[in-house]
Amino acid sequence: MSLKEKWFGILLTFFIMAAFWILLSGIFDAFHLISGLICCAIVSIISHGLLVKGKSEKRILKSLRLLIYIPWELWQIVLANIDVAYRVLHPKMPIDPLIIEFETTLRGEFSLATLANSITLTPGTITIMVEPERGKFWVHAIAKEPADALLVDQTMQRKVAYVFMET
Amino acid sequence: MVIVNVIVTALLGAGVFLTVVGSVGLLRFPDFYTRLHATGKCDTLGGGLVILSVIIYHFFMYPETLLVPAKLAFLIFFIFIANPTATHAIMKAAYKIGVEPWRLGEKRR
Repeated sequence: MSLKEKWFGILLTFFIMAAFWILLSGIFDAFHLISGLICCAIVSIISHGLLVKGKSEKRILKSLRLLIYIPWELWQIVLANIDVAYRVLHPKMPIDPLIIEFETTLRGEFSLATLANSITLTPGTITIMVEPERGKFWVHAIAKEPADALLVDQTMQRKVAYVFMET
Repeated sequence: MVIVNVIVTALLGAGVFLTVVGSVGLLRFPDFYTRLHATGKCDTLGGGLVILSVIIYHFFMYPETLLVPAKLAFLIFFIFIANPTATHAIMKAAYKIGVEPWRLGEKRR
């Protein structure tokens, strides 16, 4: 990690933590602000590596693409809840659980975590395990149609790969 | 103010409905994994909608303290990250110690 990257990490961590401090404390006198900022500086110098990891190109473009991805994901969450509510309240309970496996092109930590959480929140599927080396996912699907959406259509994998540019 | 009350009540109602559906699913579904489907999804959006209604109510009724809605918005954000992660962790633990998934036609457990 170059020196420039390191300073960028420290500054980004510092600003995020300072914003959190001001927002959560809600006290704006000099003593609280200054002591908070000093604490933020100490923590961000020691542990900036936890939040901003190493080198990553095109951070701003990725963040913008993530911002476009989030509304689609929220809509998927609404659909997922309607789906589960339908299956729960239907007198015959139309479920047919199965476990599927598939491999993706994703390798980065953040992109794998995003896809895993997205799978859990979208209709009828929950991530069981992820193997980061091969980008392999084990997914529990509650019926055949949601499993096909992941295996055949692969809309979500393509969207996440587009966001993090890891196709 | 009537419109605000209607929106807040509708959101609260939807949130409570989803939470109830999650609980019903927890009782009705046949095995461990399918029960997690009900709770993992419905509780995320249900809790999120309840907090969203509180945000809207607070925003219009007490506009002088905007810090509270901001903090509540962070709560929604954390729920939406923590809930699927916790569901996934429970699922993985069950899968690793070998809980057999229920298949269609078997007796419920």
